[in-house]
Amino acid sequence: MNITYTQHRLANGLDVLIHEDHGCPIVAVNVWYHVGSKNEVPGRTGFAHLFEHLMFEGSQHYDRGFFQPLQEAGASLNGSTNADRTNYWEVVPTNALELALWMESDRMGYLLPALTDAKFENQREVVLNERRQNYENRPYGFAGMALAAALYAPDHPYHWATIGGADDIRAARLDDVKAFFQTYYRPRNASLALAGDVDTDTVLALATDYFGPIEGGDEPPAVVFTPPAAIGAEMRLSLEDRVELPRLYLAWHSPALFASDDAELDLVGEVLGSGKTSRLYRTLVYEQRMATEIAASQNSREIGGYFQIVATAAPGRTLAELERAIVQVLGTLTDSGPTAPEMERCQAQAEANFMYRLQTVGGFGGKGDQLNAYNIYVGNPGFFETDLARYRKVTPEGMQRASREWLRRDARVALSVVPRGQAAAALEGSQPVSVA
Amino acid sequence: MAIDRSRLPALGPEPRFTFPDIRRRQLANGLRILTVEHHAVPLVSFLALLPIGAASDPVARPGLAAITSDMLDEGSGELDAIELHDSLGRIGGHLDSEIGSDATILTLSSLARFADRGITLLADMIVRPRLHQSDFERVRELRLNRLVQLRDLAPALADRAFTERLYPDHPYGHQPIGTEPSLRAMELEEVGAFHRSMFTPSRLTLVASGDASHAELAALVERAFGDWSPGSATQVPVDPSTLPTPAPPRERLAVLHRAGAAQSELRIGHVSVSRATPDYHALLVLNMVLGGQFVSRINMNLREDKGYTYGARTSFEFRRGPGPFVLNASVQSDATVDAVLESLSELRAIRGDRPVTRGELEMGRAALTRGYPRNFETAEQISRAAAQLALYGLPDDYFSTFVPKVLAVDEAAVTRVAAQHIDPGRLLTLIVGDRDKMGSRLEQLDLGVASQIAPA
Repeated sequence: MNITYTQHRLANGLDVLIHEDHGCPIVAVNVWYHVGSKNEVPGRTGFAHLFEHLMFEGSQHYDRGFFQPLQEAGASLNGSTNADRTNYWEVVPTNALELALWMESDRMGYLLPALTDAKFENQREVVLNERRQNYENRPYGFAGMALAAALYAPDHPYHWATIGGADDIRAARLDDVKAFFQTYYRPRNASLALAGDVDTDTVLALATDYFGPIEGGDEPPAVVFTPPAAIGAEMRLSLEDRVELPRLYLAWHSPALFASDDAELDLVGEVLGSGKTSRLYRTLVYEQRMATEIAASQNSREIGGYFQIVATAAPGRTLAELERAIVQVLGTLTDSGPTAPEMERCQAQAEANFMYRLQTVGGFGGKGDQLNAYNIYVGNPGFFETDLARYRKVTPEGMQRASREWLRRDARVALSVVPRGQAAAALEGSQPVSVA
Repeated sequence: MAIDRSRLPALGPEPRFTFPDIRRRQLANGLRILTVEHHAVPLVSFLALLPIGAASDPVARPGLAAITSDMLDEGSGELDAIELHDSLGRIGGHLDSEIGSDATILTLSSLARFADRGITLLADMIVRPRLHQSDFERVRELRLNRLVQLRDLAPALADRAFTERLYPDHPYGHQPIGTEPSLRAMELEEVGAFHRSMFTPSRLTLVASGDASHAELAALVERAFGDWSPGSATQVPVDPSTLPTPAPPRERLAVLHRAGAAQSELRIGHVSVSRATPDYHALLVLNMVLGGQFVSRINMNLREDKGYTYGARTSFEFRRGPGPFVLNASVQSDATVDAVLESLSELRAIRGDRPVTRGELEMGRAALTRGYPRNFETAEQISRAAAQLALYGLPDDYFSTFVPKVLAVDEAAVTRVAAQHIDPGRLLTLIVGDRDKMGSRLEQLDLGVASQIAPA
């Protein structure tokens, strides 16, 4: 799978990546800013995401909301924030490309003059409601926050969730927005991808016209962090929640995105938790019926990853039973590695998942987003083949070694999420934690 | 070139768009095949559409259609469940099954070089599922456990309570997953009988799309499904298009109390029209203005002006029978009553007090028409679009007439369909949230006494 593209760096430092795909008369505009919740500081968590909301509230030269003209032109559009980056995208009919470039460049260059207290306060309320809807009012919604807090020390940039703490969101100030914009929302810290039914020379000229005049800005400060100390002894935690069935989360530190062992652990996740043939599903759900659902995944991020196994207890079964069964299943993998059929399956799945992601020019995922991801994370937008080759090169021995090295019992966090009033349903010796 | 930032750039001429060429064939056993070529990535996608869904559940067995479709990948032909999924994994397969009121849809995507194996596995699942007792018991148990977990999920509680109140004693009145008593009482033989009588080749449409030629795609389907016996349908499925419109519920306000809930989950709506309505395109435009996209009235009011919610939407759920019109939002608890008041006010206003403006009309139409080609980018999107033709009996030129039909909708038509198809007197307002945080303010809604919904 060869994705052809051209790359240009404007004088202000903005990378422009262009990929032609003439299958459908649409074009994806995708902008990445290399800033996420890991650039925040304790006490002001959730800020990068709140800022993302403000990017949709209008800019100096068009101050009536970002959605209106684009939806009227037939665009679909959105944005998202995670620990490492913030992305913004539009998929527009080709005749609206210039409009999308106008709008994206206006908010990159001229957001602050249009920003008001009223907008800021409104979006702070919206974000607090997003937090209520997606975390506070959702079963097991606090588990991710509890795990992050346990895996990383309070001053580590992955200690907090991207949505942030409710009190921190309330404490955010308009002045913080201005400083944040001037530090991180600069062409030098961004990457623009255009993918779709376009002519490269024409759209490069357009992108240069629209984005070229914006001042490049300084290199933002590097994220300073101390790699997390190894977990020397298993950490057992428990959290009471409004849930019917107890759920066990096991989490380990794991390699960063594209680091050595990242692909191996990705495939370990496949073999353990993907589909009915996976070892955990087969043992815990299919054969022993002690769990209602299981999942296993390598979650790799820019400065570190975590591997996670999740299992929900069937009624009448205990988290202690689940834990024993998971340890046994993991043991079979660390003892003798994956089988030949498992290798065939997980490598075919990795290849197919890779293709599924590249079916669209844009949106969440799609070719535009992937070009920017490779550009921001490895400095090479054309990393497609190298990325896929990582999975082809994985050996059974490599997976066995990686799981033995990273997924050790004494190096894990075990979080029990139990129904309210049933603290005893947690694994023995668990320390209660609270998440606000 | 210096950029003029005093105005937005004009849109260029609309790009030409040619709809994908969909070819049709029918096998001797009655199975209909639609093929679409799509060569962008080395993938294929097969979609099997059976126009039979949860509305065809026997009255005493809500959940039967859904568990039947769930059993299809629990072993088929020579393979048990594990072997089947092993085979799917080896071709990079992605299997998905969905069940709604009107239809069951199975999709299988895989790497194109394994297309033959993929369609063979899909045919095995549909034609020759094993339906073993032990698998059935396990699947039933998982579904019962899922029902238990849904008790914690506010949106699921709201959807279920809303559906039950809108459609009492009606084939649309239950969730596809069914109910605990029904699942507990169900026998494997009922699943077998449902499968035998409902899954017949003459009812099935198979859409094959992807990186292969029309002829290759059709030949793949024919090889896999050609020898499927037409069978004799002993049971006639419910034809949703003949279903009556139920009477509106007597209650106008219902509350499901959840102590300490962080938000209130809202559903406001009533039973509306079917997909076959001549007002279809006008209702789409109306919905774009009212609550179908970010810049719609409801979202701009509740989210962007008031900050009560992360997002609020409306939709006409078009089905073969009369589907619901519903506004849904999750709002902060202390703003529940205000959010309902604002919502009801918007629903009333668009019917005439504050009718759609010229600008809103153009906005709504443009969002639908200019964005239309986006729906035909991937093989699976095209398959799903083609399946709609089969499910709703739409004409072959449906896609190419969509844009002109939407552009023909004017302000008068939008106001007329709003007045005709949104009836404030029939709206049911349902709230899943902390009643104590709403208190006596509920009376301000002037919707009569709130009926209290017991937790399921």
